[in-house]
Amino acid sequence: MISLTSPVRTRAHDWPAAAKLGALLIATLALAATQSPAVLALAFAGMAALYALPGRVFLSHGARRIRGLAPFVAVVLVWHLVTGDPATGLGIALRMITAVGLANLVTMTTRLSDIMQVIRRGGAPLARLGLNLRALEIGIALVIRMVPVLSDKGAQLTQSWSARSARKPRWRIVLPLTLATLDDADHVAEALRARGGIATPIPRTSSSRSL
Amino acid sequence: MEKSLTHVALFAAIIAVLGLLPKLQLGFGVPITAQSLGVMLAGCVLGAKRGALAVLLFLLIVALGLPLLAGGRGGLGVFVGPTAGFLWGWVAAAFVTGWIMERGAKAPVLPMAAVASVLGGIVVLYACGILGMSLVLKKSLVESTLLMAAFIPGDLLKAAIAAMLTASLARARPGSLMSRRVATGQ
Repeated sequence: MISLTSPVRTRAHDWPAAAKLGALLIATLALAATQSPAVLALAFAGMAALYALPGRVFLSHGARRIRGLAPFVAVVLVWHLVTGDPATGLGIALRMITAVGLANLVTMTTRLSDIMQVIRRGGAPLARLGLNLRALEIGIALVIRMVPVLSDKGAQLTQSWSARSARKPRWRIVLPLTLATLDDADHVAEALRARGGIATPIPRTSSSRSL
Repeated sequence: MEKSLTHVALFAAIIAVLGLLPKLQLGFGVPITAQSLGVMLAGCVLGAKRGALAVLLFLLIVALGLPLLAGGRGGLGVFVGPTAGFLWGWVAAAFVTGWIMERGAKAPVLPMAAVASVLGGIVVLYACGILGMSLVLKKSLVESTLLMAAFIPGDLLKAAIAAMLTASLARARPGSLMSRRVATGQ
């Protein structure tokens, strides 16, 4: 499946995912604590420079991801223009764009396999508290596998609806889709149980790291 | 145990697939997506704990960087943006929807699911979403509520659809509603 990782390979792809996530956490907290519009503008410029470094393709991909914020930026700017405090409005907009931009940057430069590794390591202490890591991993894999399957099923249902009716199916296909999914869930559960189930915990030794 | 896992995972997948459906336009130009319909449905069908887990699993996969939110959005950015409160609120919404369904396990399905979807999928969800929006946009709670009010009619429509779907599921597959089973025997 298509992921949001950047099409351009950057040097940041090789940095450890845990370090990038940690830096992102610190940056986000720092942004939340910053009030001065000047400092926020500086942070924004720094974020924009990070996007510009790997080249134009990377920059335009990043810009496209952030375009969804436009209506919110417009609301905030207009609001504060009307209330006569544009500097505060600009600060709020810059903080919002910078925070989302930095988070997207980590997503764009971190492969799915690398971030899964972080979850696996971060989940190990939770496993001692009773989190079934094996169930979590199978769950993630199941969702990623089943989204295209269900999506195809939805497309088939839409097609057969269109063959019978001139109207658009809209939410009417949700019922048959959910029914089919509930049946699938039963079948997959049987298949899982037949293959040994999910109850067996992963031994907490070297073998769990090799997964 | 396996059955719980596959139901949770497949409902997470349904929430994702509903985000791929084309958006509807309400009369006054507000786009609504079917994704929060999936959240209400997860609570109504799976119950509190499994419903919330399905939403959590879905959000985890979005955070991993798969573009499964409506409009092809995803990654870590959506969790700090102005609508992040609604994403976190989905977990609470599915939980409360399921919790109400479990409390009224003996009442008729349709009205129960409608009440549960409105209280969980709208009241609880908007409380979380509006709080998040007021934090990011630095607006008061009342101001943020005004900004979001246009979306409430669409969500009422979704709650009605979720209730009808739940009632139809109960008819088509009696016993498929995990939220109404008293003994859950894993």
